[in-house]
Amino acid sequence: MEADLVQRVKNDPNYQKLVRTRSRYGWMLALSVMVVYYGFTALNAWDKAFMASKIGNGVMSWGVPLGLFVILFTVAVTAIYVRRANREFDALTDAIHQNAGAGTAQPAATNAKVTQPTKVRA
Amino acid sequence: MTKTTRIFSYLAAAFALLALAGSAMAAPDLGQATKQATNWTAIAMFAVFVLLTLFITKWAAKRTRSASDFYTAGGGITGFQNGLAIAGDFMSAASFLGISAAVFLDGFDGLIYAIGFLVGWPVLTFLMAERLRNLGRFTFADVAAYRFAQKPVRLFAASGTLVVVLFYLIAQMVGAGQLIKLLFGLDYWIAVVLVGILMMVYVLFGGMTATTWVQIIKAVMLLAGTTFMAFSVLSMFNFSPEQLFAKAVEVHAKGDAIMGPGTFIKDPISGISFGMALMFGTAGLPHILMRFFTVPSAKEARKSVLWATTWIGYFYVLVFIIGFGAIVLVGTNPAFKDAAGKLLGGNNMAAVHLAKAVGGDIFLGFISAVAFATILAVVAGLTLSGASAVSHDLYATVIKKGQTTPGSELRVSKITTIALGIIAVLLGIVFQSVNVAFMVSLAFAIAASANFPVLFMSVLWKGCTTRGATVGGFLGLITAVGLTVVSKSVWVDVFHNKAAIFPYTSPALFSMIVGFVGVWLFSVTDSGPRAAIDKAGFEAQEVRSETGIGAAGATAH
Repeated sequence: MEADLVQRVKNDPNYQKLVRTRSRYGWMLALSVMVVYYGFTALNAWDKAFMASKIGNGVMSWGVPLGLFVILFTVAVTAIYVRRANREFDALTDAIHQNAGAGTAQPAATNAKVTQPTKVRA
Repeated sequence: MTKTTRIFSYLAAAFALLALAGSAMAAPDLGQATKQATNWTAIAMFAVFVLLTLFITKWAAKRTRSASDFYTAGGGITGFQNGLAIAGDFMSAASFLGISAAVFLDGFDGLIYAIGFLVGWPVLTFLMAERLRNLGRFTFADVAAYRFAQKPVRLFAASGTLVVVLFYLIAQMVGAGQLIKLLFGLDYWIAVVLVGILMMVYVLFGGMTATTWVQIIKAVMLLAGTTFMAFSVLSMFNFSPEQLFAKAVEVHAKGDAIMGPGTFIKDPISGISFGMALMFGTAGLPHILMRFFTVPSAKEARKSVLWATTWIGYFYVLVFIIGFGAIVLVGTNPAFKDAAGKLLGGNNMAAVHLAKAVGGDIFLGFISAVAFATILAVVAGLTLSGASAVSHDLYATVIKKGQTTPGSELRVSKITTIALGIIAVLLGIVFQSVNVAFMVSLAFAIAASANFPVLFMSVLWKGCTTRGATVGGFLGLITAVGLTVVSKSVWVDVFHNKAAIFPYTSPALFSMIVGFVGVWLFSVTDSGPRAAIDKAGFEAQEVRSETGIGAAGATAH
């Protein structure tokens, strides 16, 4: 990639916004998964009695729904990221491609109105 | 008749003969406790699967001309298809039979084990998937070595790939051998040879296209089969988990202890360390990373991980229900046990026996065929990633310094595929008695300690240099393997020493730190001329990794 193209992209406000928003969002969600998972692991290691304790009068223990919650949370948090990325991050990426005049631009995945130079409100 | 058609008809005939030979030889051995009578329903269903996949391989062979077709199916797989293929690549027989067996034995502990395999996916999605797709073409070394001196970093990446692939392959081969011996009544060595030949055929002729479709078909079969089993189990308890669990607690030898954590997490350090191996190992498995290069864009890469995570999460919920179903329906039925009260064929057969309990002989045949198909799909993916590390990283870049033609690179991949097939068969026979679950967790620990730190730091940290990536990566690799050797599983169980030097079950917590600190330390102290080039290359790499500008798209067919 030519140096001036790199600089052009880096100076595009859309690019700065994309990198800033997406990495902050990605790290935040990754951290949430780690908190949930290592929290679950820590409970299994340190408080086995709580995980085995009964929720009601039956045999169901706290561990089982908490474990299923970790599975659901994992899938849900991935879906939340992909949803935002499909709407917002792809619009920014398309705008960056347009501004860079790159012939490799992917077909616009969103109906963001793009003029040159474009700035996406997202 | 064309050449390929002729090859395939020979193969079909050879498999028919091999199956017959196997069943004939199996007959006198029926007295062995671990071997089952030849299961003709299972063999017939499996034969249908093999014919279908050979037909797909023949179709894929016509479309596999260039190196890009061979390594990445031309980059033309959709996100949905790739999601299923990733799930098919990841849900191994160790997952299906191993985790259902863990639930059957210990209840809740099996759920803890299963969750570890799932939680790496979102982390991979948020931090790596799109960047990987934007930077790489064929192997994860393309990404790790993007702005560095190619030779040392690719040498490391190929070593990391081959070590992980070999450990994982041994686990799958041993699993395949034992499983087929039990399910089909074939001899162990025949089973291993059969798996070796089939995987070579898929990869050799059909490349990534055939491998992908074998994985997709297997994922659909496995998900359909396990859904039916879990549904059948729940329907017997009025779809009330409480009733199912209550009955399980009533009949299980451990009683109410199966509803809470048992001995799986021995101590907090082991628990966290094991969790880290599974979570970050997923993001360092070369055969999984390679799947991201089969889709046309970062957007499709992202979609494919969402589908994969959904299917894998759903699968583990089913496996948990299946394990409890087995406690109630298999554990209480003397027909599934030998004279000593042990499960026929060992505890790994819990899910298979449950198949018979809920669906009779035909469904048992189906699940047996699915279990075998599962192993085939995983070994095909592993072999392809090992072969591409040798041809694309070692041969083309390290040995030939980039001066190759795609044709000669492709030839090397095919030779490597045959070599890996033979090595896998031999190792599978040599390591017959190895613990499959241990080998899988070792592969994850190495992937988390060597491949993941290098990949992560090279993509996200500007200060990373060639020296840091290479030295840090090898340090992580050596530490993970070294600590495993001095841990209980090898030091005491294999070398028969009195006590283990390393007291924890997984090395990942320590070896990952060694890997990361190694990359950091040998980068910041690196002031050579190459380090300046490495750091200067970060801007262009970052722009491409974030936006995909300059990234390779799909090739037209």
